[in-house]
Amino acid sequence: MYGNDFSAPDDPPGGGLLGEVEAAEAALREAAARARRSGAAPGEDLDAYFADVIEADQKIEPRDWMPDDYRRTLIRQIAQHAHSEIIGMQPEGNWISRAPSLKRKAILLAKVQDEAGHGLYLYAAAETLGIDRDELVELLLSGRQKYSSIFNYPTLTWADVGAIGWLVDGAAIVNQVPLCRCSYGPYARAMIRVCKEESFHQRQGYEILHTLAHGTEGQKAMAQDAVDRWWYPSLAMFGPPDADSTHSAKSMAWKIKRFSNDELRQRFVDMCVGQAEVLGLTLPDPDLRWNDERQAYDYTQPDYDELMQVIKGNGPCNRQRMEHRRRAHTEGAWVREAAAAYAAKRAEKKEKVAA
Amino acid sequence: MSKETSPLWEVFVRARRGLSHTHVGSLHAPDAELALRNARDVYTRRQEGVSIWVVPASAITASSPDEKDAFFDPAADKVYRHPTFYEVPDGVAHL
Ligand SMILES: [Fe+2]
Ligand SMILES: [Fe+2]
Repeated sequence: MYGNDFSAPDDPPGGGLLGEVEAAEAALREAAARARRSGAAPGEDLDAYFADVIEADQKIEPRDWMPDDYRRTLIRQIAQHAHSEIIGMQPEGNWISRAPSLKRKAILLAKVQDEAGHGLYLYAAAETLGIDRDELVELLLSGRQKYSSIFNYPTLTWADVGAIGWLVDGAAIVNQVPLCRCSYGPYARAMIRVCKEESFHQRQGYEILHTLAHGTEGQKAMAQDAVDRWWYPSLAMFGPPDADSTHSAKSMAWKIKRFSNDELRQRFVDMCVGQAEVLGLTLPDPDLRWNDERQAYDYTQPDYDELMQVIKGNGPCNRQRMEHRRRAHTEGAWVREAAAAYAAKRAEKKEKVAA
Repeated sequence: MSKETSPLWEVFVRARRGLSHTHVGSLHAPDAELALRNARDVYTRRQEGVSIWVVPASAITASSPDEKDAFFDPAADKVYRHPTFYEVPDGVAHL
């Protein structure tokens, strides 16, 4: 779950996705300034107070009382989101040393570093719910919690870096913009930060594809091949179709999730069609066409059996991604130990001086 | 990064001169110096700040929002602390 929902803009001020993020930020401030309608006092009826705050579109904060299930749902969602950001560094990290120019290399490095940052914002948000970082790391390393299955696909060419930025970061933004309005304060604030940074990710990917698509025949073919391979896995990022989606109703009532998987997927498709045209590339769906009645594009659904297989661990790169993550964690142990030893030594010195 | 060897730090950033430090999030680090460096890399990659404070999370004493009403009650009936409470006669300037 690299975020699994999407928000509808009441009236995006700046326009586009960034405008929606700004609108969410403004709504957050506005709701905070508004006094909560009388209702239950915090000490009396905990459930009613919680429901009141949600109803008023205000934020639940870490030390507020909350239903156990709300806490558990959020921990799982935020943790899996954080794991996705961390594992998500690998497919693109694969191309840092082979980026075609120093400029592209510096940009890709900054992008991958941002993903590390996103993971850290999100782990910090999860920790406010009372779970430890150690536990979270362990849940990922032991495979008990998942990360987005999109990162289990390989990056075969440089054009894949472009396709990931455009389609994968693009789908992530569509998923995440609504999370800027999530009822849990620390998650909403982290998502606002993340979404602002994601917009650079999407544009740099689009620019890579645009450059390739307007280059030699070979470069254009490479760009098309990358789009062909990443299109359906990107559509699958929105999760199973609504009919098969679990947890949704509760998350909607709690205002954690604000739009269904299918609504978000549709929105993503509608955005991409025009963008693909400008690239001069084709989305690999012969049935993609405008439906005047629905005022939306009809499109072919991704292969959900394939999605289930990848989630179960049978994608092309699942084992490689987990092995790499575990190795990085083990091989980094000496750094953590050295830093702790140094800190302990300095603390001891300070104590002696004070004594 | 166990809790003992790499505790949690809360991070506050002053965005620009003239503004106060604002809480931006938290991170783990073995000591204050590393907490500052990590905070710079995690929270100010785009020049979001000109100054950072890091505070051990364990050193913070918080009033719980759940006790909000009782704890902040004493201020609730003192509207006379706001200038808008007072009626200013017509014709008075600079008040
Ligand atoms: Fe990200
Ligand atoms: Fe990203």
